[in-house]
Amino acid sequence: MTTKQFGAPVQRTEDVRLLKGNGRYLDDLGQDALAAAFVRSPHAHARIVDIDVTDALEVEGLVAIYTHEDLPGRVGEPLPLLIPHPAIVAGRTGYALAKDRVNHVGEPIVMVVASDRYVAEDVCGRITVTYEVLPPVVGVETARDAKHLVHEDVAGNVAGHLVQEVGDAPAAVDSAPHTLELDLKVERSACIPMEGRGVYARWDADDESLRIYTSTQTTTGVRAAVATKLDLPLNRVECIAPDVGGGFGVKIMHPWPEEVLVPWAARLLDREIKWTEDRREHFVSSAHERGQVQKVRVGFDDEGRVLGLDVKIWHDNGAYVPYGLIVPIITSTQLLGPYKPGAYKVEFWSLYTNTVIVTPYRGAGRPQGVYAMERTMDAIADYLGKDRVAVREANFIQPDEMPYDHHMIFQDGRPLIYDSGDFPGSMDKLKALVGWQDFEDYREQARAEGRRVGIGVACYVEGTGVGPYEGGHVVVESTGKVVVSTGLTSQGQGHETVFAQIVADELGVPLEDIKVTTGDTRKMGYSVGTFASRAAVMSGNAIGIAARNVRTKALRIAGEALEVDPGDLEIVDGIVRVKGSPTSSMPLGTVAVLSNPLRYAFDTASQAATQFVVGDPDKPPVAEDDEPGLEDRDFYSPAQSTYANGMHAVIVETDPETAEIKILRYCVVHDCGNIINPMIVEGQIHGGVAQGVGGALYERMEYDENGQLLNASFMDFLMPYVTEVPDRIEIDHLETPSPLNPLGIKGAGEAGVIPSAAVFASAIEDAEGFTITSMPISPSELYALRQRFAAGEIPALRGRSATASTATTPTPVTEATTR
Amino acid sequence: MTDQQAEQTFPITLSVNGVPRTAEVPARRLLSDCLRHDLRMTGTHVGCEHGVCGACTVLVDGAPMRSCLMFAVSAQGSEITTVEGLADGETLHPVQQAFKECHGLQCGFCTPGFLTTISAVLDDNPEPTREEAVEAVSGNLCRCTGYQNIVASVLRAAEITRERSAVAIDEAGR
Ligand code: FES
Ligand code: FES
Repeated sequence: MTTKQFGAPVQRTEDVRLLKGNGRYLDDLGQDALAAAFVRSPHAHARIVDIDVTDALEVEGLVAIYTHEDLPGRVGEPLPLLIPHPAIVAGRTGYALAKDRVNHVGEPIVMVVASDRYVAEDVCGRITVTYEVLPPVVGVETARDAKHLVHEDVAGNVAGHLVQEVGDAPAAVDSAPHTLELDLKVERSACIPMEGRGVYARWDADDESLRIYTSTQTTTGVRAAVATKLDLPLNRVECIAPDVGGGFGVKIMHPWPEEVLVPWAARLLDREIKWTEDRREHFVSSAHERGQVQKVRVGFDDEGRVLGLDVKIWHDNGAYVPYGLIVPIITSTQLLGPYKPGAYKVEFWSLYTNTVIVTPYRGAGRPQGVYAMERTMDAIADYLGKDRVAVREANFIQPDEMPYDHHMIFQDGRPLIYDSGDFPGSMDKLKALVGWQDFEDYREQARAEGRRVGIGVACYVEGTGVGPYEGGHVVVESTGKVVVSTGLTSQGQGHETVFAQIVADELGVPLEDIKVTTGDTRKMGYSVGTFASRAAVMSGNAIGIAARNVRTKALRIAGEALEVDPGDLEIVDGIVRVKGSPTSSMPLGTVAVLSNPLRYAFDTASQAATQFVVGDPDKPPVAEDDEPGLEDRDFYSPAQSTYANGMHAVIVETDPETAEIKILRYCVVHDCGNIINPMIVEGQIHGGVAQGVGGALYERMEYDENGQLLNASFMDFLMPYVTEVPDRIEIDHLETPSPLNPLGIKGAGEAGVIPSAAVFASAIEDAEGFTITSMPISPSELYALRQRFAAGEIPALRGRSATASTATTPTPVTEATTR
Repeated sequence: MTDQQAEQTFPITLSVNGVPRTAEVPARRLLSDCLRHDLRMTGTHVGCEHGVCGACTVLVDGAPMRSCLMFAVSAQGSEITTVEGLADGETLHPVQQAFKECHGLQCGFCTPGFLTTISAVLDDNPEPTREEAVEAVSGNLCRCTGYQNIVASVLRAAEITRERSAVAIDEAGR
């Protein structure tokens, strides 16, 4: 028997290529292409007065210089607003090259094409742009004050505004036995893949076609956008994602200015052109995420059950909103997590600032939402003097309430209905894993040793596998090898392996005989892209369906040839055979030959398929409802997202002197439904947790009041090295299969990062004995908080005596005053 | 600089993975660019170009070196080992094999720098402790893996090396 691949921790098929240095990333291609480089704005907000290129024209190797004036037609029009949600009040997008004004440091103004990158940058250095500097808007508070405007015609700097309401939350809060109010803040971070963006384009003048290679999470998206911009028929444009060195969201944004300009110039000049983003460019001209200010009012009963939850969110969307309002929409809906508040109202304002644009970063708004909700749960527990887990449990949606309808609209415009999950079961697992009940003993023991420790817990639900669809194409070649393609792209998630695992089980072929291609419009022109933990759910199921259809066809053809009922056949190790009588069999490759009636035999094997050999002479060689070839293309398009969930706990130790924060243990309970490859899922969790640790303790975008990003390098932006992450992530899985898709899977890609800010705030607060309301938190910030706490400026937790050296009289977090 | 004149270039000779290579490069050409674009060996990756991430690490005369911090002309006459030089034909280097077994890579972009770095560390210290394994990779950035499996790969690589030499001794003894 062929061993089942689905569920097995099989080693990745992509690895050997990558390990030997044979990967092909964007900058590895186009060795003979011209290089592009950009003059970018050094100011956050300015009017462009003049661009003087005189001094640059003599540089040897210069090919072309372009400014906005040179861009024809649609190339010179604003970039598309990709997701035109009705809540967008004033949608503004940038130009491929700035027109008259710049709205953030790093915005491209001039494009230079030259013989190589060194020369292109020499040219950039000789171009003089004169600016009239305008007052910049930096940070949520400044944007909200609206003393200055980012876009002259956008009042209040408001790009979008949305209210969703279930029940009368303000009234429920006001009439509840207890109320609390929390003011919370999360700062900016970013995806920061190790490979930045990059585009390489070549125009084939004879064929009048364009080929674009780009380090993207959506080749079909880029293809459609560029074809439209350049006024080319879609089928004259091919877009391919080569190996991609990490994405984490930033590469789902498209088309980037460079993705329009490089192909445009390649066609204009009829020369191959390539642009590879450098690290500083990535910091100042790609995208960031996370920055929000939140206000929560909550009303609850003596058990801690939330009767009303009223949340306001101010979201910093940067200079433009090409990706719409996806991030704050997700924050506002996924904030609910595994809980069922009596009434819920959420209102957000998405605000323009003179900073880099904000588009989804792994987690995509969920980390902020989970942070708001989980800070609230901790505050309720503290107020009531209850166990933090008990308060959460009192609010959980129960397994018998699934599917659970929140009566809200999710980011995909579809209802927010949880399909599956067992939240009490997950919490039991987490408590057992981390030893929740025994923690107080451990705390005492540590205290006796002069150490300060704290434990935190945080829960989340993640809508994964959003539509509209993905496709799968499965072909059995006459060699018996199987070629699979799907349109979405890969950035290290092991798609080549997991999709092959699915096909291997359906078709009974060994993994090494299956070749998977992703993100190539030549192979699959219909696709959406890789984001929202959707690849395994969407393409996995599409490929699974296509493979099953191929199986059915293979059994039918083999049944005819072997003169047996297809129901009596099985496929084992690439051989179709009669169950129980394995001598009556034929290789899958032969079935493929038979599936394609031939006039011309090109080798011995294909002689078996010529018209003299196969087919009933009274019937057409290909039946009316059939197609030649042992292949199928099918699509998976679910009515709604499937909801994965998880719960994390962390134990930290905070140094009493230096306020350094050390992670002692990190535990994850995770439910992503049926698991295709546990090794890969755990790898995704490891990576997500590391990004979460970065976002909670180290990473932030340090903008000064002028809108200069002060830490735009790896020297200054503190991304975790091995020394900053936990030695071990303790993981326990709960597999509640999704009823929504044939494979029963839910997404797993973003899970690790979602509850990080929340779980660390919870643990640090627990260690210190005073509330944490702003994340990330550095040792020096914690130190400053301790001093303010000692000075009585911030209240102690009231639920238990403070562990900090200076205990003050316990007071409520912030008691809401009736207004 | 006089604009109209082509930039002055210098001939250099390097040994890359045991093969003598020559190139004609301007003085400012980084070793990373020379390897990747003049010699077209693109296994060496560039993640920051300012010496922090370690993706561009190659061995220069056996010692790990960030090729983005070295001019190609200064590598004149050196023996360079890149990731392409680690495997022995079809047989993966123990570090490569370990990364595969332990899922030590995801996107693979940082991986060449880890592989070259770790191979040099293991040459010096074939039996690292866990702490030493952490230390070995503490100067390289990876955004995908969270590092746990990379540390496991270092330890596994040492094990594979031992297993292979045990087999070799065994075979020699027969
Ligand atoms: S590219 Fe050389 S250290 Fe980052
Ligand atoms: S595997 Fe992607 S950066 Fe390390």
